[in-house]
Amino acid sequence: MSLEKADVEKIAHLARLQISEQDVPEYARDLSSILALVEQMGAVDTTGITPMAHPLDIAQRLRADEVTEENQREKFQAIAPATENHLFLVPKVIE
Amino acid sequence: MQWETVIGLEIHAQLATKSKIFSGASTAYGAEPNTQACAVDLGLPGVLPVLNKEVVRMAVKFGLAIDAEITPRSVFARKNYFYPDLPKGYQTSQMDHPIVGVGRLDIVLEDGTTKRIGVTRAHLEEDAGKSLHEDFQGMTGIDLNRAGTPLLEIVSEPELSSAYEAVAYMKKLHTLVRYLEICDGNMQEGSFRCDANVSVRPVGQQALGTRAEVKNLNSFRFIERAINHEVERQIDILEGGGNIIQETRLYDSDKDETRSMRSKEEANDYRYFPCPDLLPVVVEPSYLDEVAKTLPELPDIKKARFIDDIGLKTDAADVLVSSRELADYFEVVLKTSGAEAKICANWVIVELSGALNKNSQNITSSPVSAELLGGLVKRIADNTISGKIAKQVFAAMWDGEGDADSIIEAKDLKQNTDSGAIEAVIDEIIANNPNQAEELRGGKDKMMGFFVGQVMKATQGKANPAQVNQMLKNKIFG
Repeated sequence: MSLEKADVEKIAHLARLQISEQDVPEYARDLSSILALVEQMGAVDTTGITPMAHPLDIAQRLRADEVTEENQREKFQAIAPATENHLFLVPKVIE
Repeated sequence: MQWETVIGLEIHAQLATKSKIFSGASTAYGAEPNTQACAVDLGLPGVLPVLNKEVVRMAVKFGLAIDAEITPRSVFARKNYFYPDLPKGYQTSQMDHPIVGVGRLDIVLEDGTTKRIGVTRAHLEEDAGKSLHEDFQGMTGIDLNRAGTPLLEIVSEPELSSAYEAVAYMKKLHTLVRYLEICDGNMQEGSFRCDANVSVRPVGQQALGTRAEVKNLNSFRFIERAINHEVERQIDILEGGGNIIQETRLYDSDKDETRSMRSKEEANDYRYFPCPDLLPVVVEPSYLDEVAKTLPELPDIKKARFIDDIGLKTDAADVLVSSRELADYFEVVLKTSGAEAKICANWVIVELSGALNKNSQNITSSPVSAELLGGLVKRIADNTISGKIAKQVFAAMWDGEGDADSIIEAKDLKQNTDSGAIEAVIDEIIANNPNQAEELRGGKDKMMGFFVGQVMKATQGKANPAQVNQMLKNKIFG
């Protein structure tokens, strides 16, 4: 499967990545070769093999329902670009 | 043209855990902004999620209660989208292998018949934070306390055909999750909320019409109004020759209308994939048995028992089983009083609930305990006091003046069954009201009420009305 310019632009947009026009052909080539590798793997006969959701064949460990975290707001907000009234500030979101 | 409505509901029930689904931060409601958002909830680099054991147990409990298949190996997936209240850039959810598979829920329709609604699935996911759109120098404020709160999203089949059915289904689920003690059901705080997928099609058509998803439905009243409004809007468009666009619409309860939020086409590209940070969740059959043992008597079974074994009418049984606390209260009244179910139900539903509503209390905060009310109903049943006097005793119990027996004693409210004394009162009243007595003799039955009323008044309500009635009849016609 070979990606077109429009595919690359869409993927970049979905990932919110800004890419320059001149780099698009290179991205298209690189991404296409990744897909080619996936296609190659797809050709392997996997009849009778149960698909795995994770490469490790073990089950999720669970933790007890206990509050173990303390309030560290001041530390977290010290590295935020902008805060007010203890809220994180982000560019205006309008629905 | 005749139109048919098709509705599917997605209900988000916030699971009543102490800590978040993937972190040890508290889920308590109403805390100071961002004091309950830890490094995991903020999506800081290098953190890893660890699944909360209670979340799994609650989801399984729900699944068993709706007779659903429980997935032996369920898988968490990433739902990718960008929004500032979702710091990681994806919501950890479940896609192909939800923990709860196909189940069912029975609702009662307006005509009293039962309709079975399919539950497609119920999956675990994390809640997002909250955006505050007040003006912060032209920016949006974000509170991430709610980020990572565990949710069970319960998805119905598109099998609901009216706003009434949608509300009935939602109420049924609301009752169920509270019975199971997996969700507090508080709709004002957003613990139980609903999105409705609504479409219409010409009667007889097989294919579904294009649907709109109505969000922001946080009360039973709003869901009914929003769906009715949305159905009308779609029919208007179709009858005007237009097409419905698949989109998300927000219900505005102030204006009683839905408005377009965003076109779903682009937002829809969530690129789900299995979350590499979480392993499959394995649920063994022995674990299912263990959880099954903790299931309470479910509302439908309780209702059937109240009707078949205890002899309640359907209406009363419906009201009483609507909450587990109310049903438990009723059963204690029934047991303590040894009275008939009907009179017990009546006191709980009418007198007690009325007083609770008037004083903004609820069944768990009632100043009159079930044992106390049972003690009162017992004295009505054994004719110690009349129903009218009982209301007076109830008011005194409400004010904390003690149990029924001590109030009856202290206020000298015992019913007077001394027929000699009552006879004297009756004779006097007949003598004082000769015209009315004549009319009664002449067949004016209404006068009976007048005389009984006079006797009750003269005895300060302490005579037994049935006894007075009988004695009066004997006097006048005897």
